Amino acid sequence: MKTSLPFAERSSHSTGSTCPDAAYTLGELHAGAPCCVPEPVITVENLSLNYGRKPALEAVSIDIYRGCITALIGPSGCGKTSFLSALNRLTDMIAGCRINGTIRFEGHDIYEPGNDVRQLRRDIGMIFQNPTPFPLSIRRNIELPLREHGIRKQAELDERIYQVLRDVGLWDEVKDRLNDPAMALSGGQQQRLCIARALALRPKVLLMDEPCSALDPISSGMVEDLIQSLAGRYTVVIVTHNLAQARRIANYAGLFWVTERAGQLIEFGRCRQIFAQPAHELTAAYISGARG
Amino acid sequence: MIKNNAATILIYCSAISVTSLFLWLLTDLLIQGLPKLSPAFLFEAPRDAGRAGGIGPIIIATGWIVLVAMSAAAPLALATAVWLVEFTRPDGIFSRFVEFSIDVLASVPSIVFGLFGNAFFCVYLGLGFSIVSGGLTLACMTLPILIRTVADGLRAVPDGYRMVAAALGMTRGSALVHLLLPSAAPALTAGLLLSIGRSAAETAALIFTSGYVDRMPGSLFDSGRALSVHIYDLSMNVAGGDANAHATALVLIIFLLIINNAAIGLLRHWRKQHIAAS
Ligand SMILES: Nc1ncnc2c1ncn2[C@@H]1O[C@H](COP(=O)(O)OP(=O)(O)OP(=O)(O)O)[C@@H](O)[C@H]1O
Ligand SMILES: [Mg+2]
Repeated sequence: MKTSLPFAERSSHSTGSTCPDAAYTLGELHAGAPCCVPEPVITVENLSLNYGRKPALEAVSIDIYRGCITALIGPSGCGKTSFLSALNRLTDMIAGCRINGTIRFEGHDIYEPGNDVRQLRRDIGMIFQNPTPFPLSIRRNIELPLREHGIRKQAELDERIYQVLRDVGLWDEVKDRLNDPAMALSGGQQQRLCIARALALRPKVLLMDEPCSALDPISSGMVEDLIQSLAGRYTVVIVTHNLAQARRIANYAGLFWVTERAGQLIEFGRCRQIFAQPAHELTAAYISGARG
Repeated sequence: MIKNNAATILIYCSAISVTSLFLWLLTDLLIQGLPKLSPAFLFEAPRDAGRAGGIGPIIIATGWIVLVAMSAAAPLALATAVWLVEFTRPDGIFSRFVEFSIDVLASVPSIVFGLFGNAFFCVYLGLGFSIVSGGLTLACMTLPILIRTVADGLRAVPDGYRMVAAALGMTRGSALVHLLLPSAAPALTAGLLLSIGRSAAETAALIFTSGYVDRMPGSLFDSGRALSVHIYDLSMNVAGGDANAHATALVLIIFLLIINNAAIGLLRHWRKQHIAAS
């Protein structure tokens, strides 16, 4: 069962039939026009996911559109985190986790044997619920993964560090203490550093698992603004329990629900559509706060 | 109520008897050993089968034995623990077998290691009674504790680091080198210190392997007498060696106390840091 869009409508943010080539204008994130086109970057077909014998997701089909923000909502335990982890094959790390179905990233099956998982994870970055800076300096946090991917020239490293820290609005706050431990930053700063660290690899897609839920309201607001500023340049998939936030920032929304067997995607569509005229009665109940 | 009081008294009594046992041991050592203790005692060679003179060569021999033991055991333990924690699934048949072997090794009495070391290193490999034989035997003996502490240290590193590193496209090896091992470093050091302490205190495994010779060892293939073997020999085989036995024991105990406290301090510091970080 494929929950496809009833209308291949262009997002309200879209400026033209195709966006200007996604040339990177890092360091000046706010300069370009946001661009969201209904052209899938990631296609998920009939995905099911099991932890050992216990199914966590069943028959999930969804298209993730280029340059758009897709919000995934749903009650706790319905498999949103599991779904995100399947998209960058982080599920490989979990013993006993099995995946069936196909996930295509830019047309290629990501689970094909012999695929370069590291390149996939470089293209599809992930932000976790709890800010997870490494116990290293601010600079080393960004440098370490870059060096891993073969970027070793100090000038280029410095340039990227400057750009991404500007992009996440952290540059002015930390420029004088790049060599201080990242653990000394506040929670909100840590989360923005994690986003900067992911952006430094120049990913195409960012997966965000409740990136604001461990933060205070002000930091949460800053991260939310940041995510909004990423729209267009990056494809963002964000899991959130905050419906108002989903409504504010997302172009598309999907509702996961856990049935007696496993988590399922029960509705997917334009964000405004879902909040204004949900097609499924569970969606209506969930967004009105009656269920979930 | 009465029962409760009786229990309290019992608990106090056992606590008091443990401390008094320790104090008695320490005062006995101090009274008998302290008069003999002097800088010269630490540097001089033993004379008259150890009744007179000092323990210079014995300290050196002990140092070499421990060094050989740790240089052999530490890399092996590190590799094994890394393999167990990071590169296999804990429910795999082979890893369960390895865990089981470690448990068995940990419960083997040290005298058995001594006999094995004698048969294998001294005789079979032809290393004779030597510092190398003794060190390698100790390496086998301390391997289980070392593997356990390294593995526990690695397991205590938050799983988040592994996930985040993987999500950034880092290899397992590089996550290990740059993140996991540095995070676990205090635990690793503490494990190493505990094993050093245990090796330095060992007697039974050394009597048959590194031997009795109390001269200054000329090379690692010479026999060398460890501190605890010296104590054993003086008190069991040498009439009139008691005073020097006590002084040697005092030196050994002070060393062990320092090592153990360093290990405990490191572990405590590390736990506090970890609680702060998570
Ligand atoms: N590593 C794992 N091993 C076994 N079961 C797991 C594992 N991770 C998740 N699960 C199970 O899979 C189901 C979906 O979990 P998941 O974390 O994906 O839900 P979620 O929608 O992200 O929930 P939340 O909103 O609370 O974060 C749950 O029933 C959970 O218990
Ligand atoms: Mg989750």
